[in-house]
Amino acid sequence: MTSLPVEWLEKDRRKLRVDASAFSDKAYEIVTAACALVVPTLVVAIAVAIFVAAWPAFSKLGFSIITSSDWDVAAGHFGAAPALFGTLVSSAVALIIATPLAIGIAVFLSEFSPLWLRQPIGFLVDLLAAVPSVVYGLWGIFVLIPILRQHVMPFLRDTLHLGATPLFTGPAYGPSMLAAGIILAIMALPYISSVSREVLMAVPRSQREAALALGATRWEMIRDAVIPYAKSGIIGGIMLGLGRALGETMAVTMVIGNRAEISASLFAPGYTMASLIANQFSEATNDLHLSALMAVGAILFVITLIVNAIARWLVWTVSRNRAA
Amino acid sequence: MIGLTYLCAVLATLPLLLILWHLIVKGASSISLAFFTHMPRPVGEPGGGMANAIVGTLILIGIASAIGLPIGIGAGLYLAEKKSTPLAHSVRFLADVLNGLPSIVMGIFAWQVLVRPIGHFSALAGGVALGAMMIPLVTRTTEEMLLVVPTSLREAALALGYPKWRTSISVVLRTALAGIVTGALVAVARIAGETAPLLFTALGNQFWSTSIREPIAALPLQIFTYATNAYEELHQLAWAGALVLISIVLVISLAARFATRSRFGAPVD
Repeated sequence: MTSLPVEWLEKDRRKLRVDASAFSDKAYEIVTAACALVVPTLVVAIAVAIFVAAWPAFSKLGFSIITSSDWDVAAGHFGAAPALFGTLVSSAVALIIATPLAIGIAVFLSEFSPLWLRQPIGFLVDLLAAVPSVVYGLWGIFVLIPILRQHVMPFLRDTLHLGATPLFTGPAYGPSMLAAGIILAIMALPYISSVSREVLMAVPRSQREAALALGATRWEMIRDAVIPYAKSGIIGGIMLGLGRALGETMAVTMVIGNRAEISASLFAPGYTMASLIANQFSEATNDLHLSALMAVGAILFVITLIVNAIARWLVWTVSRNRAA
Repeated sequence: MIGLTYLCAVLATLPLLLILWHLIVKGASSISLAFFTHMPRPVGEPGGGMANAIVGTLILIGIASAIGLPIGIGAGLYLAEKKSTPLAHSVRFLADVLNGLPSIVMGIFAWQVLVRPIGHFSALAGGVALGAMMIPLVTRTTEEMLLVVPTSLREAALALGYPKWRTSISVVLRTALAGIVTGALVAVARIAGETAPLLFTALGNQFWSTSIREPIAALPLQIFTYATNAYEELHQLAWAGALVLISIVLVISLAARFATRSRFGAPVD
């Protein structure tokens, strides 16, 4: 007879415990979901805040903000074409230099490197991504630019007679599109090479063995069987590096020379969208100036968003194939 | 052709070695105890240090971590547990997009939201900008680390009557702790050297300040100001500051490397 109330009690206690844990589970779920929600909220907030601030410039200046190259604060002209041009050209130079190197090192690390060398070299290349951009800028100003001015630029222009092409003409000041491109190449390199290395390592063994069985040399195997298989992933890595290069601010601002002119020569100083903002934002004198700089930021935001989305999508298609 | 890939390996590691070498050659001579304990002196007076900038950077890292780490880890937990809800897919994608966001854009965003309405620059605005940059990084690494934890472990805990939330926190999260610490350290190392988001938020400060409502000095900002200045002595200080900054970043990166080595074999970056 006496056991009955105890059983009830026990039952009641269990139910209470289940209720309590159901409640805390729910609370836990809500907290983690709220943390997760911060990410989309942040993206939307950034987009809204910047576009709202940029709206006066967009509505007043229209397309002239990207087509005009007349940036005159006093007169109220804000044409950022030279900055857009500089961003695209310096990033293009960076990719032209970095891509072959990055793929080369990815192939080296995934195919040829002795095992004991793989980790240290991979680590050193990854560390390139950890160096703060202001340190690259410092090095660029005091080491790279003097070397470019005294040796590389005269060599390209006079010794190789490339001065005949519009790309390498004009006086060698030092701070230039070329300097920015080289610094950006060093900075983009680790991003391209680490993604490339990962996708190269994801190429199935059978792919390699089939090529070797057909009589291919190791190099032919890599060229004809491994790289084509990993192609879209490598392109994704290059796009990722491009995204970095497009938005890089400090190092570029310190070495590009900051002159708002469009010049075909890589020896000439230039401007990028990011360095334009970095240089003028804190000195923006009137509302339209500020808004125009916000508009430049908005354009940069959209460009990098698109480039990164394509990059992620390409890398994702490769990793999805691997899973299948 | 194979030799060419060896050449690439040499060429790719060369810049890092060159940069480190120049930093040591040009910076080490200016580093002394005074560099860490003294304030900057006016140009012309010898000596002087970057005490305020070093402390400022530490404060900024602290604010950023206080924002970025809990939110990032929480979001990572969500992603690892609700793998394929629509929210999880969009969070994953948008976190990657945020990771690629130019830091200067984060800077003008923080200015628009936290400096413009308040009316003055502040350490808080700088810390929030850096914290916002940490969130997507920490989210993604935490998720990756949690996915490595075997399902059987989670199931064992649930079978023992653990509620779900305790399973997640004291079993799954604990097992992946080393990896999550690595992710956190990598994120800290990345934001420690950021300059662009601080230009219009923390602004920099010549004087001693530890208030989060005032503009604050930061090592990267100070390096930038000194490097683009005309005075030779300031260039010296910039090199020394850069050496200190990169030492901080490298030590954190190495710590991140070793935090995972013991547990997972292959390090993760």
